Amino acid sequence: MTDVGRHPRITLYTMSEVVDVKGYVGNFEVNILKKARYVVEGECTACGECSKVCPVVRPDEFNLGLSSRKAIYSPFPQAVPSSYVININECLGDNPSVCAKCVQACEKQCINFHMSDEQITEKVGSIVVATGLSPYDPTEHDEYGYTRFQNVLTSLEFERLVNAGGPSQGEVIRPTDRKIPKSVGFIQCVGSRSARKGAAYCSNVCCMNTVKSTLMLKEHYPDIDVKVFYIDIRAFGKGFEDLYLRSRRAGAQYIRGLPGSVEENPDGGLSVAVENTATGKLEIHDLDMLVLAVGLEPAPSTQRLQEMLGLQLTPDGFYLEAHPKLQPVDAATRGVFYAGCAEGPKDIKESVTQASAAAARAIRLMHKGEITTDPITSEVITEHCKACGRCAEVCPYNAITVDPKKKIPAVVNTAACAGCGTCGAECPFGAIVMNHYTDQQITNQVDTMLSEDPKAKILVFACNWCSYAGADYAGVSRLQYPANARLIRTMCSGRVDEEFVWRGFELGAPAILVSGCHIGDCHYIDANHWTEKRIHKMWKKMDKLGIRKERLQLEWISAAEGIRFAQVMQRMDDLRQSVTQEEIYETVEALKKRKKKKNI
Amino acid sequence: MEAHRLVTPAQPGQEARIGVYVCKCGANIGKVVDCEKVAGSVAGIEGVVVAKDVGYACSEPGQQQIKDDIVNLNLDRIVVASCSPRLHEPTFRQMLVSAGLNPYLLEMANLREQCSWVHMHEPEAATAKAIDLVKMSISRVRLLAPLKEETIPLTKRTLVLGGGVAGIQAALDLADNGFDVVLVEKQPSIGGVMAQLDKTFPTMDCSI
Repeated sequence: MTDVGRHPRITLYTMSEVVDVKGYVGNFEVNILKKARYVVEGECTACGECSKVCPVVRPDEFNLGLSSRKAIYSPFPQAVPSSYVININECLGDNPSVCAKCVQACEKQCINFHMSDEQITEKVGSIVVATGLSPYDPTEHDEYGYTRFQNVLTSLEFERLVNAGGPSQGEVIRPTDRKIPKSVGFIQCVGSRSARKGAAYCSNVCCMNTVKSTLMLKEHYPDIDVKVFYIDIRAFGKGFEDLYLRSRRAGAQYIRGLPGSVEENPDGGLSVAVENTATGKLEIHDLDMLVLAVGLEPAPSTQRLQEMLGLQLTPDGFYLEAHPKLQPVDAATRGVFYAGCAEGPKDIKESVTQASAAAARAIRLMHKGEITTDPITSEVITEHCKACGRCAEVCPYNAITVDPKKKIPAVVNTAACAGCGTCGAECPFGAIVMNHYTDQQITNQVDTMLSEDPKAKILVFACNWCSYAGADYAGVSRLQYPANARLIRTMCSGRVDEEFVWRGFELGAPAILVSGCHIGDCHYIDANHWTEKRIHKMWKKMDKLGIRKERLQLEWISAAEGIRFAQVMQRMDDLRQSVTQEEIYETVEALKKRKKKKNI
Repeated sequence: MEAHRLVTPAQPGQEARIGVYVCKCGANIGKVVDCEKVAGSVAGIEGVVVAKDVGYACSEPGQQQIKDDIVNLNLDRIVVASCSPRLHEPTFRQMLVSAGLNPYLLEMANLREQCSWVHMHEPEAATAKAIDLVKMSISRVRLLAPLKEETIPLTKRTLVLGGGVAGIQAALDLADNGFDVVLVEKQPSIGGVMAQLDKTFPTMDCSI
């Protein structure tokens, strides 16, 4: 921590938040709001005289309210920067006549009530998102009585108690009577691995954290009774099993089963009812103190930042990596990397490893001092553009500028364009060329495919990142499926222009599939939302044209869903066989009429 | 192994000069898909100057063969029918560059993941599909345009969001490697949750 404070290359902004990010890989412009500290950072020597005279007493957040601090305080002894800070909402006032005791006490005169919040703009080439976690609040687990019984603590509160630098100087004492408990119970998976309350995922660290805590207790108080209520003990990491066995050898009891209820005894102790699933019997355990091993949740800032940077989240609410195995610290947005619990619950070692990886990935990107942009980007044919603004509306990267009011034609910022091609598919005037995936290039593929025996074939559009990769995965897994499908790869399903599909049906395709990443997993932020809307519109049009809309299918297939891809291929072939020659003929005729009407 | 070879003499004024290479990937493709037949059936298509099957297109000799053809037959567009482009597109793009062609004048047909591996018991259907895929690739490659990668300047500076243990580690690694770092932390001090912990597992050492 101190290394960060004194490193000449690190500019540290504490009490700060990023409020806006503009730009793109290599050239981000970041707006930071730095809140006023009211103590001059470089001047304060952390002597603490100000704190002594401050009359305002408040709960200390660092100790989770287990101790108190003043309105002017140091967050904790090893804080970096070491400077004190004033919580201006608690302070009696910046008018010296009201209090100003601290100002008088500060010999160095580094308290300044005229400080104000600052807006700082920084230019950076890459961003590492390490926004961390938020411990689960166990209030909703009312059966454990966290809000009703004082001697029920969270694992983080326990951590402060057992810490030599904590509010009790390392003595584990009960909040009700400040006595050392004779027995302590731990309840695992509070807020984790539950379909009902908290999260469904495993929080990764709570098992080992409890194992560690049991050992600390046994070291401090060899005669103490320690009981752990658990579902499974997950001791999967290097040295973990050893530590778990050490805890068992030290005498910690592991009871398989999560308590159903906790009641308080007159002496402040807790009566824990649990079904021991190893014996099948209901047991009552009387304990002096109970610790809830709370899970890890995404930090509250996650969603705001996700929107600001155009990132993606997993259904659990953590950031989604570009590839789970091969790009585990890259965001799909180029130039953004993840480190630590922001990407998912993990322990310190994993966080550090991932942070070094993120740094290495950022260095790999930046070391040359220049970057090459992928030339697979869209381009506007200015003469054809009617400045309707549709392309800018659908672009997930805000890479297109157009002014519909002043009729200023669209311009693509190629550095910001990621090449999904949604604009090209949505442009009503054919004014956008999606390089390397032009209308003509794709139409040529469709034409060639259907030039012979179209009735035997299924036209499949697959996005590069998910569905095409899912097909690859089916291949690697040697899954066998009917040989009728012909895949056309686009970078994103958003590129699949309505006209490509009409063309396919016009040439006699019995069945057509458009496939892409699952909603929420789109490689191009949310471009597949437009795919979905487009296909829904097409189904309506097919209804009107008298074409059975089942013949156009939309499927979301991820890169890991090889089995699903093979199943979809089987379904598509069943569908293909259900389409008669007459039906195809009628479709071709209906589409000819449509063409005439539209004059294309 | 003598590769099946069909060379159409160059026509004056012809637009595209396409080379098609059907990779057997050893037995991976060759055992199921009749690669000679695939090459043979596209050999007459307009613009296709050469169509042949190769043992391993991605291997050093395989690439050399294609590079020699590019130079000797004056090819300007290449179709490689082999594995998934998600695997070897970068390999073959690089090959085009080293033979003096723009890397975007390449198209791949996926005969391994989409034909031989998934239609193992239907060699005829797999071969028919392979022929279609190669024909589709030829019709596409014909229209491909050379693309140019742009180089833009970059700010050698990183924003690290969050001053917990991960943010601290990332910031120090970057800074120690000579890159400037802006570290933004919401709280008055860095340290995050780790600073609140006492000992850490599995080694039971102090957190700060």
